[in-house]
Amino acid sequence: MSPNVSHTTARYALQLGDDALVYAQRLGEWVSRAPQIEEDMALGNIGLDLLGQARVLLSHAGRLDGSDRSEDDLAYFRDEREFRNVHLVEQERGDFGFEMARLLWFASYQAELYAALVDSADETIAGVALKAVKEVDYHRDHATQWVLRLGDGTAESRARMQAALDRVAPYVAELFEDDAASLAATEVGVGVRPSSLWDNASSHVSHVASEATLTMPDQPTWRSRGGRDGIHSRPMGYLLAEMQHIARAHPGATW
Amino acid sequence: MTIPTTPPEPTGPVAPERSWPLWEVFVRGKRGLSHVHVGSLHAPDAPMALRNARDLYTRRQEGVSIWVVPSTDITASSPDERDSFFDPAADKVYRHPTFYDVPEDVEYL
Repeated sequence: MSPNVSHTTARYALQLGDDALVYAQRLGEWVSRAPQIEEDMALGNIGLDLLGQARVLLSHAGRLDGSDRSEDDLAYFRDEREFRNVHLVEQERGDFGFEMARLLWFASYQAELYAALVDSADETIAGVALKAVKEVDYHRDHATQWVLRLGDGTAESRARMQAALDRVAPYVAELFEDDAASLAATEVGVGVRPSSLWDNASSHVSHVASEATLTMPDQPTWRSRGGRDGIHSRPMGYLLAEMQHIARAHPGATW
Repeated sequence: MTIPTTPPEPTGPVAPERSWPLWEVFVRGKRGLSHVHVGSLHAPDAPMALRNARDLYTRRQEGVSIWVVPSTDITASSPDERDSFFDPAADKVYRHPTFYDVPEDVEYL
């Protein structure tokens, strides 16, 4: 692999890994806080699936970029500006409806992403994709089941599910934006253009929303941007503080 | 002044039960074996019960098939009936296939 392709692949794997890592951290917060213990487990499992994807992707990025950093180095010893995840995944945990709206969008995006990356020219990324396709299919189903029940449920659950879809809407465009790293990776056959995933992903979400008697939000008046360049929103610093402080207080500690 | 010794009767309607119904979970370990009861869980309806069962009871590859049954649909024998139900079978050795030689390579008999 030429140094150029290595760096392009590393940069691409890094942002896919960061999306998965940061969302895994948010989903982990639900353990002990979900409506029932069964849902603690479900969201914890989904978070662990994402963490598994993140570990392989970040290890791969650390190997290819020449810095020889491990998955732990990348997760615990990078600062906010070096993380490349989208703003959607770093937003604070809201109510259960918000989480289901966020999961529905994120899993719909990832389902299309990994389905396309199965054919990646990079073996490791193709391998992650092949395994993740089945995992993500389940994540999307889980969110779908809940959006259907809450949307087509009581007046209260319907209002809150609609509010959640509206609240998530400004963060959706960033997922499907053709950022420089994705375009470069697509150029060398490793990645996929995020904009090419929009049609299928958004049609799944609209279909679920309409089945759930919800309205797809109008074009939001603002939208998030900057995550892929390391520009993050306010909650990101707090998330990293919680995720990183033990590793930084005891560098090199092992179980 | 008298001090009430029992709590006052609740006034107004009693709050409805807020938790989800209980389901019993049966998992089949592999082909050829039957479903075995592994535990119970809460879920709002049958499809969600199936999904919760997948998350709770098959996360370490324990099974290839799951059944969920509403706990209220299970009729169970009572501990009070134990003697009349089960003791009479105790001394009937002729009901056991102990008088045959079982070939060594026959499993699950």
